[in-house]
Amino acid sequence: MAIQAQEIEDLIRASFPLAKITITDLAGDGNHYAAEVIDESFRGKNRVQQQRAVYAALKGKMDGANGQLHALALTTKAPE
Amino acid sequence: MSDAENQIRETLSSNAVVLFMKGTKSMPQCGFSSRVAGVLNYMGVEFADVNVLADEGIRQGIKDFSDWPTIPQLYVKGEFVGGCDIITEMTLSGELDQLFETEGVAFDKDAAAKIREANG
Repeated sequence: MAIQAQEIEDLIRASFPLAKITITDLAGDGNHYAAEVIDESFRGKNRVQQQRAVYAALKGKMDGANGQLHALALTTKAPE
Repeated sequence: MSDAENQIRETLSSNAVVLFMKGTKSMPQCGFSSRVAGVLNYMGVEFADVNVLADEGIRQGIKDFSDWPTIPQLYVKGEFVGGCDIITEMTLSGELDQLFETEGVAFDKDAAAKIREANG
């Protein structure tokens, strides 16, 4: 069930090639991560729109009981 | 339109603030749901809670409805506001207060300020 931090970053990277991506394994169990994604494409979008795009990049990894990723705390913003 | 979608629309049109969550506001069954329900309770916001664990159709239906893969989901005046991370950020930045003020939702301003003090 678990997923590697690198795999999460790779999935996000595929959709946001130029983003600054920081993945943190919160519990050390491969199940609870935090991801910060800073990307120019987020400018002018609200948080819901930004994070929908990140979830889309994760392609169903978050999906309920069959998802490999139980918890991903997302922070998204455009570069300062 | 599916039954679940009808039910979701009905709930959203008859309640100004709705939280789709795991468990209930008095007995949350997931830490993320608990956090958002806790903020709303503490801020004295009147809201309807929908336990997605009690209805598989709603559990999937609300994700399809909002195009958002996780629970909890907070709605104000029928609009999806966000999940746990977004609501936490908005609480701490004061944006949630602004939204409630704009939408005419009653809440305890002092309680909101106390949350920010404690997490500042």
